[in-house]
Amino acid sequence: MRTITLLIVLFLALTGFSAPDASEILKKVDQNLSSENRVMESTITIHGKRNSRTMTSRSYAVGTEKAFTEYLSPARDAGTKMLKLENQLWIYSPSTDRTIQISGHMLRQSVMGSDLSYEDMMDDRKLTDTYTATLEGTETVDGREVYLISLEAKVDDVAYHSQKMWVDTERFVPLKQEMFAKSGQLLKRLEMRDVEKISGRWFPRTMVYKDMLKQGGGTEYTVTKIEFDVDIPEYIFSKAALKQ
Amino acid sequence: MIKFLIKGLLRDKSRSRIPVLVVAVGVMLTVFMHAFVTGYMGDTIEMNARFTHGHVKVMTRAYAEEMNQMPNDLALLEVDELTNKLNAMFPDVIWSPRIQFGGLVDVPDKNGETRSQGPAFGMALDFLSAHSAEVKRMNIEKTLVRGSLITKPGQALLSEKFAQNLGLKPGDEFTLIGSTMYGSMAFYNFTLAGTVTFGVEQMDRGALLVDIYDARIALNMENAVGELIGFLSDGFYNNDEAKAIASEFNAVYAETEDEYAPVMKTLAQQGTMGQYVALVDVWTVYISMVFVIAMALVLWNAGLLGALRRYGEFGIRLAMGEEKRHVFNTLIYESFVIGVLGTILGTAFGLLFSWLMQTYPIDMSAMLEGATMMMPTQIKARITPDTYYIGFIPGLLSTVVGSALAGIGIFKRKTSQLFKELEA
Repeated sequence: MRTITLLIVLFLALTGFSAPDASEILKKVDQNLSSENRVMESTITIHGKRNSRTMTSRSYAVGTEKAFTEYLSPARDAGTKMLKLENQLWIYSPSTDRTIQISGHMLRQSVMGSDLSYEDMMDDRKLTDTYTATLEGTETVDGREVYLISLEAKVDDVAYHSQKMWVDTERFVPLKQEMFAKSGQLLKRLEMRDVEKISGRWFPRTMVYKDMLKQGGGTEYTVTKIEFDVDIPEYIFSKAALKQ
Repeated sequence: MIKFLIKGLLRDKSRSRIPVLVVAVGVMLTVFMHAFVTGYMGDTIEMNARFTHGHVKVMTRAYAEEMNQMPNDLALLEVDELTNKLNAMFPDVIWSPRIQFGGLVDVPDKNGETRSQGPAFGMALDFLSAHSAEVKRMNIEKTLVRGSLITKPGQALLSEKFAQNLGLKPGDEFTLIGSTMYGSMAFYNFTLAGTVTFGVEQMDRGALLVDIYDARIALNMENAVGELIGFLSDGFYNNDEAKAIASEFNAVYAETEDEYAPVMKTLAQQGTMGQYVALVDVWTVYISMVFVIAMALVLWNAGLLGALRRYGEFGIRLAMGEEKRHVFNTLIYESFVIGVLGTILGTAFGLLFSWLMQTYPIDMSAMLEGATMMMPTQIKARITPDTYYIGFIPGLLSTVVGSALAGIGIFKRKTSQLFKELEA
C-alpha cells in the first residue's frame, strides 16, 4: 500500500501537479504571442487627462524584424505610417510629405500620444531571447489562476530592466505585466483581457497600457481583426511604401 | 534770515565748498546708481516680461503648476471667449496669446531625408494680425540678421546661430517635429523667413519663432493657447498694479475646483522673478541709505571741524544773547542750503553720467556666452522720473543729520565761561 501511495505521489509530482519550469512558461507565452507574420487591425483609445480620443490602424509584421503600421483615422492622423526594419524606425507624415527616422532619445517618446513609446513598439523580440524567467508562485487575476514570474533582462538593449508577469496557467497568455527600470521604479503596467483562441493560439484582444510616469487613464488597444501566417507583399516593408 | 545765511556761506568758502562738494559727490553716485539699477535690473525684468512672463499671465491652474515644462496638453481652451472677458474686465491691459513649445527642427536633403537636426525652443506669437504689437514689443525687426520678418503663414524665424548650425538660409524649408496638445507627434513644414539674434544666449542657441496661427495648426491647438500674457498700458511692470489685476481676476474663479480653470499670475509670482522684483524695489532704498549714513558721518566730521573753527563765532553769538536753539537752527538752515546746492549739483552730474550710460551701453555679450539665465547682454542705465529727485533724499538728509550731530556741542557751551573763553 505504501509503495502504491509513493508511486501515486511521484506520478502526480512529475505530471499535472508540478508547475512547469519558468522558461517553459515563457516559451509557451512566446508561442501564443509571436508569429511568423500577421496582419492586424486595431482601435487605440487614449484616455488622456482631459479627454479621450480614438485612432484606428492597420499593421503588418513579419517575424520580429519587419513591421509596418498605417493610421486610418481620425482625419488628422490618417495616412501617418511607420516602418520598422530591424532596429531602425521611420515615420511618414502626409501633411509634410516627410519621412523622418526616429532615433536616439526620440524613441522614448509617446507613439501618437498613447502610453506606448516607440521603444515599446520596436521591441518585438521573443521574451525567451531577451529575459531570464523565475517562477515566483501562483496567484489569481480576474478569477483565473496565474503563474507569477519574474523576468530579468539578459541583454542590454531592452527597454525594461525587469518585469513581473502574471501568466494564465491554462492558456499561457499574460493577463498582467509590470515593467520596471533598473532602479526598480515601476514604469509601465499592462493588462490583457478578452483572451480568445485565434488560429490555434490564445491571444488577448484587448490590452490596456498605463505609463506610470504619465497622467491620464491609460491606452486601450483593441484588436478588431487579426490574421496569422498570411502572405504579405515584400514591398510593404520598404521606405517607398511609406509615401504611397 | 535765509539771505543772510546764504551770504555767509558764499563769503566763507570753507563753510560751503567742501560740504557742497561732498554732498554733490554722494548725490551724484546715488543718482547714477539708481539709474544703473533701474536700467540693468529693470531691463532684465522687462526682457523677461516681453519674452515669456508678461506683466501678468493667464494659464490653467494645472499648466501654472508645471509652467517650466511648457505642458500644452494643459493649455487654455476657448481662448476667444476668455480674451473677450479679459478685455472687458481690464480694458487698459493688452493681451497677447502665446504658445511655448519644444521640438526638433529637421532639415531635409534633396531626397527628403534628414540632413541635419537640432532641438528648438519654440515660441508662437501673433505676427500677422493687423492689431498685434508683438513684433514691436519683442523688438524683432531690430534683431533681424538675415532675410525678413514673417509676412505670411508657413514662415518662421530661427536664431542666427541655430540656423548656421543647421546650414539653413532664408527661403529654405525645414520640418518641425513636436508634440500636439493631445500628445501625438506633430509634423509641420516651415519656410525660413529670416534669422534673428536676441542678444540672449539662452534664446540664441535654438530659438524658433512662428506665427500663432501656424502653431495652432501644427500642435492641434485650435482656439487654445498655453498662455495669455498681459502688458500694462504704460509698458513698464508695476508690481502693485499687476497684483491688483490678478487678485480681481482670480476672485472670479475662486469658488471653482476645476484644475483647468484659468488663473492669473503676476510677473513676480512666476519662477524666481519675485525675488528679482523685490530686489529691485529694495535696492534703491539700500543705495540711498548707504549714502545717507556714509555722508552723514563725513558731514558730521566736517561739521565738527567747522564747529571748532567757528567756536569763537558761536561763543560771541551766545555772549551777545543769541539763544542756543537759534544758533543750532541757523546751523541746520545753513546745512539745508548746502544740501540743496550739493544735491542740485550732484543730480546734474549724476544725470549726465546716467545719460551717457543710457546712450552708450556697455556690451557684455562675450562674457555671457553659455549663460542659462535670460539676461540682457548690454549694461545700460535708465533715467526715470524718480532719478530726478532720488538724490534729494540722501543729499538733504545727510547734511541735516550731519550738522545736527555736530551742532549738539552748541548746547554744551556754558554761558558763565564764554567771556573767559573769548579772553583767551
